[in-house]
Amino acid sequence: MPAVEVIDVVKAFKEKVAVDGLSFSVDKGEIFGLIGPNGAGKTTTLRMMMDIIQPDTGQVRIFGEIPSQATKGRLGYLPEERGLYKNLTVIETISYLASLKGMHVQAIESEADALLEHTGMLPSKRKKIEELSKGMSQIIQLIVTIVHDPELVILDEPFAGLDPVNTERVKQLLLELRERGKAVILSTHQMNQVEAVCDRILMVNEGRAVLYGALDEIRTAHRGHAVLVESDAEVPLVAGVVERRTHKDHVELTLDAASTPQRTLAALVRAGVPIERFAVSTPSLHEIFLQTVGGDRDAE
Amino acid sequence: MPNRTGLILRHEFVHTIKKKGFVILTLAVPLIILLGIGIFRLASSVVSPSAAVTRIGYVDHIGGFEPLYELAGIELIRVESEELATEELTEGALDEYFVIPADYVAAGTVARYTLAKELVPPPAVSSAIEGFLDSNLLASEVPPELIGRVLTPTSIVTTTLTAEGTVAEDQGGFTNFIIPTLFGALLAIALNVSANYVLQSLGEEKENRLMEILLSTVTPSQLLTGKLLGRGAAGLLQVLVWAASIPLLLQLASAAIGGAVRAIQLTPGLLVLGVVYFILGYLLFAVVALGIAAVCSTVREAQGIAPLFTLAAVAPFWFISLLMFFPDSPIWVVFSIFPFTAPVTMMLRLGITGVPTWQMVASMAVLVASVLGGLWIAAKLLRIYLLMYGKRPRLREIVHALRAA
Repeated sequence: MPAVEVIDVVKAFKEKVAVDGLSFSVDKGEIFGLIGPNGAGKTTTLRMMMDIIQPDTGQVRIFGEIPSQATKGRLGYLPEERGLYKNLTVIETISYLASLKGMHVQAIESEADALLEHTGMLPSKRKKIEELSKGMSQIIQLIVTIVHDPELVILDEPFAGLDPVNTERVKQLLLELRERGKAVILSTHQMNQVEAVCDRILMVNEGRAVLYGALDEIRTAHRGHAVLVESDAEVPLVAGVVERRTHKDHVELTLDAASTPQRTLAALVRAGVPIERFAVSTPSLHEIFLQTVGGDRDAE
Repeated sequence: MPNRTGLILRHEFVHTIKKKGFVILTLAVPLIILLGIGIFRLASSVVSPSAAVTRIGYVDHIGGFEPLYELAGIELIRVESEELATEELTEGALDEYFVIPADYVAAGTVARYTLAKELVPPPAVSSAIEGFLDSNLLASEVPPELIGRVLTPTSIVTTTLTAEGTVAEDQGGFTNFIIPTLFGALLAIALNVSANYVLQSLGEEKENRLMEILLSTVTPSQLLTGKLLGRGAAGLLQVLVWAASIPLLLQLASAAIGGAVRAIQLTPGLLVLGVVYFILGYLLFAVVALGIAAVCSTVREAQGIAPLFTLAAVAPFWFISLLMFFPDSPIWVVFSIFPFTAPVTMMLRLGITGVPTWQMVASMAVLVASVLGGLWIAAKLLRIYLLMYGKRPRLREIVHALRAA
């Protein structure tokens, strides 16, 4: 049974259709990327999963059930618009929010200690939230999200505002959650992070799915008929190459329909080109994003 | 399944009573009254009646004016002329003097001379001069025992009887006015403070972007109920601390001040009604505060609007003199039924006049209906605006959104 099933869901606010017939599923033990431009309907979709708002039509199922108070205890949610009680200490904050999730008092402190230790935040346990830096606060928010050991973790822009060290900590936590069989939904605009951790993605635009599937398959599907060559010497236009584009540290060769990367590599070797690196050109997720939703739209 | 409303209630209660502002305000009220009693005692011991005698000279141009009775602390001395009186005044033999002109009976004016710069003549001096003049004018006309009655104000002692003709337990009067006024003032403070705590609580959670985190765990009704009850319990605790301190303070005040204070009593009926009106009033002002906090983006913005409603709680005090002299004015019926003024109005009225049972029942019924209606509107506003930030909607937009919801 999938952790999440979204089946032909529609949600409108007055005349604005935020989500328009969206369908996808997320399995346990995978990190699922939900990406799209501003106003694509990502946050509305996440809020419907959390039972904060309800779909007009269609269904959301969490572990096979309609979202309810009962399913909320099995979820961990880190919204994009997030904060903490500034006047409470770290442990008071974690204790209160974890108790609302149904954790017993005895379990909260031990679990909180383990996570604080794991993230290097244990020395700040008795500090007030207002004394923490923005990055440290975000780590505490993530701890609050996962301290009750949820089976499904939904994170909306978890890397926003984090420095490289804390970004790496969060990535490690996500990978560990996947290893422990949790389902993780990651909504972010940082495509490099999606590429680094996600197994599958759903790209939405204007409330509709525009790309959905395994990240590798999507990138392969968007692969152009081109190769990348890195060499100290000039790379000539060998047989089968129709276009040559020079980048900072490599050259991109576009091949004609009859050519293959293997034939081009052989031709370059025959031409005496000293090759340091040769690779089939695969577009980055950022490039796919721009291609798919329109290059004139900036990512959020 | 955890009792989430209970957890929110506990969190809100503990979080409120641990606030410095709450502790200070709770203790400040009894402490300020204690301080007042202490200052009165201190002042009483320091400012004891002076043993010195005020020597007042008089120049009599009519003739025959003599001191007819002794006055404590004042000695009236005849002086032959204004020049002599002025000389004695400047030399210190007299503290002041006055001149009875020949046309005093027709004009009714005496001239007083003193070295002191004063706003009005001291009451003891005025009283002594008036008594001296009146008693001399009457001396040849009426018997001496009548002079005393004429010069001493009449005392009216009122006794309230029951319908059966027996002496009523509650005798009314000024002493019975003090406790309800004090209780009404404390109620108004508690209502404002408690409603502000609710406003702050929800406003801070919205401002600090905690709302979505909370709503991913609890329902809006659990959040709303937990907050209302938690913050309300803290407010009730405050009122009970104040109410519990009143008997002790009265005892201390009675020992220190005596007189009318001895007659003041805090009746159990008033205490019970005080608690009932606090609970109903608190719930009303709290749901209004929740509604305001729901549509505003920041606490500061919400606090700018809230006084429009909470000022109504203290409005009855603006008309308190009307209540003293015209307790049966129709305005008091209106204030007793109108939900925002009812709690404090009823506290004040209960001390001055008997409030008809129908008015008490009507005021409570309207309060309960207003709380339920307010709760319904506040819950809708919470659902509509809780996750909205930025520009505050206009009243017309709020009404439209409520209709559409």
